[in-house]
Amino acid sequence: MNFDFTEEQVMLRDSVARYVQDDYDWDTRVAIANSETGMDLTKWQTFAELGWLSIPFAEEHGGFGGGAVDVMLVMEELGKGLVLEPYLATVLLYGGLLHKGGNSELQAAYIPAIIDGSCLGAFAYLERQSRFELADVKTTASASDGGYMLNGEKVVVFNGASADQLIVSARTSGEQSDEHGITLFLLPADADGIERVSYRMMDGQVVANIVLKDVKVDAGHVVGELDNGFALMTAVVMDANIALSAEAIGIMAQLNSKTVEYTRTREQFGVALGKFQALQHRMVDTFMSYEQAKSLLYRAVCALTDDAEDEVQAIHALRVMIDKAGKHIFGEAIQLHGGMGITDELDIGHYAKRLMMINTTFGNGDYHQAKFNAVRYN
Amino acid sequence: MDTRFAPEDIAFRDEVAEFFDSAYDTDIEARLSSFDAAVFKPAIIEWQKRLYERGWIAPGWPKEYGGTGWDATKAFIFESERASRGIPEVIPFGLKMVGPVIYTFGSDEQKERFLPRILSSDEWWCQGYSEPGAGSDLASLKTRAVREGDEYVVNGAKIWTTYAQLADWIFCLVRTSSEGKKQEGISFLLIDMKSPGIKVNPIVSIDAKHSLNEVEFNDVRVPVANRIGEENRGWTYAKALLAHERTAIAGVADSKRGVEVVRQYASAEVNGGTRLIDEPLFQKRLSDLEIELMALEFTELRVLASVASGDAPGAESSMLKIKGTEIQQQVQELAMEVAAYYQGVLPGGPEPDVLGNSLGPKAFKNYMYGRAATIYGGSNEVQRNIIAKAVLGL
Repeated sequence: MNFDFTEEQVMLRDSVARYVQDDYDWDTRVAIANSETGMDLTKWQTFAELGWLSIPFAEEHGGFGGGAVDVMLVMEELGKGLVLEPYLATVLLYGGLLHKGGNSELQAAYIPAIIDGSCLGAFAYLERQSRFELADVKTTASASDGGYMLNGEKVVVFNGASADQLIVSARTSGEQSDEHGITLFLLPADADGIERVSYRMMDGQVVANIVLKDVKVDAGHVVGELDNGFALMTAVVMDANIALSAEAIGIMAQLNSKTVEYTRTREQFGVALGKFQALQHRMVDTFMSYEQAKSLLYRAVCALTDDAEDEVQAIHALRVMIDKAGKHIFGEAIQLHGGMGITDELDIGHYAKRLMMINTTFGNGDYHQAKFNAVRYN
Repeated sequence: MDTRFAPEDIAFRDEVAEFFDSAYDTDIEARLSSFDAAVFKPAIIEWQKRLYERGWIAPGWPKEYGGTGWDATKAFIFESERASRGIPEVIPFGLKMVGPVIYTFGSDEQKERFLPRILSSDEWWCQGYSEPGAGSDLASLKTRAVREGDEYVVNGAKIWTTYAQLADWIFCLVRTSSEGKKQEGISFLLIDMKSPGIKVNPIVSIDAKHSLNEVEFNDVRVPVANRIGEENRGWTYAKALLAHERTAIAGVADSKRGVEVVRQYASAEVNGGTRLIDEPLFQKRLSDLEIELMALEFTELRVLASVASGDAPGAESSMLKIKGTEIQQQVQELAMEVAAYYQGVLPGGPEPDVLGNSLGPKAFKNYMYGRAATIYGGSNEVQRNIIAKAVLGL
């Protein structure tokens, strides 16, 4: 039993940490967040050069062959800097679907372009009515001319505005909420019949609603098996749940240390705020929330890498805790920063808003707790 | 990062399971859960002797003093196997508290005199730390020991002394000097409970039981040879062991067992045709608790792993104490909810088959006495002060 990282993992973590500290300072981040696309492609190229975009992919495609621990370490450090570039959307979701479900031709054709930074991707799974249910898919794909014709609408597509390639979930059979009958399709984001409306979210990321009208997709561009896309997307989303939680852990670490630091220097009534026991105990509680959330992150990562039976429970438990700890920690961070805590100028509110977005991505705390309860008590 | 058990750990787990399954029989189980000291004291001695004979009575002790020499993984496995069967922990005062002080700071004569009888459970110990005027602020203690030749003369009182009425010895922090900082004038004495001048006054606690006491000392004469280490250095010796005590207080394995018991009873309880375990509000409360416990289990493993790689348990043990005791109390509270009306049945009432319920009296005792967990071992508020200072640097 050990919680140590390998030398390689430590180097990877330090490389991301150093980059975030030196090249992604707060002013840089603010400028990127206010830009039209909400990201900086020159930064993305650097990520490629540093090898970060290759982490989950197989060596035969030029990948690093990394695992959940490597992804965790990268996401944790990216979270600390509130990095906006679409690592989740491109590498973990779009790339993850290709890596886990693509046939060898698709993998050989599309993964190298992720790794070298030339292709941005997005996974369009959400619809107006679907809320957190991945199986709730109305978009249709009907057989046509030896390929498929897609019709429908996808909403809040992460990185949907800038993506070059999309993977879209569509119904090839079954009823609206059936798990069976969903197929995943790979298509260029500028294909005929696609219309994108982009908008900015509270955490700075630019997303898009994507309308598909008679969009033709080649039969060879099915990712995974026909009608069996649900299992593939669930597997990729479960991995992404851990990665998002790691990002959240990085954010919580920042909020806690910034808050402690602030109360050490800010004086009221002639003493530093940090000398008041009432405030000390609140910061001890947020410290413990962070440690507890981190423990469940480790638990989920170990369950995944050890192929443990309780992997699904461990991931739902983690998301419940991230939701709870996140709200606790950002709430206290804002409160203890006083009036400054509610300004747009200070970074605290921006960390809070990213945590809020994480906590609604792939299900909120209640959603995951209901899933946890269903697995554990029924 | 890897939490898989090695093949030798799995073999060890089987060995431990086999021992517990045969040694912890229904007869000893029944006697251990008695509320009558005349029954449970000999039962505890008998049970602890079985562990002693197997060589497993003191997992935390170094091998040379009779410990097991287990690594953190083996200690974790042993604890899990014990707790999952509902087997009570050993009485901690000798084995987990004074024993480590004696083998770390005691003289060779003290080690020889006391350690074997702690291991064999032939001598029972109790702890004389708190006083009527010194609780969480332990260092302000006032029980005085005045040197007269080869003896100390001790006067004062200790309180909350668990099982003082059953103990042969008490280890005490006493004031030997009022010079300097209050922590600096404290000495660590081992006192024979049969000494003239000791009086034990029972305190009945809110679980309607007598386990706590006040112990009075009136001109009690204690040989200087019974002092641990140097005079006025007792605080240092006591403090060195407090972190270990707090780590043990987390009680993760026992809380897991407690949750299992709650789940079993909640699966059998039916309210208006619905099993309690199927009610969404109950499930929410149970999973709130289970998820915290899943996290704490890994927090504990992280601390154990860092201790195993050479770090002393530091302020993290304060976190284990806080979260561990809060979770214990939530488990106890849920058990009360499950017991419904029967939560109010006092221990020592009708047998379960007559009463119609076997959870109530147990839930009552655990819930009520469980209130003490956030108070003893340094109250949870004091633990928060420690973390604020030592971890957050405030």
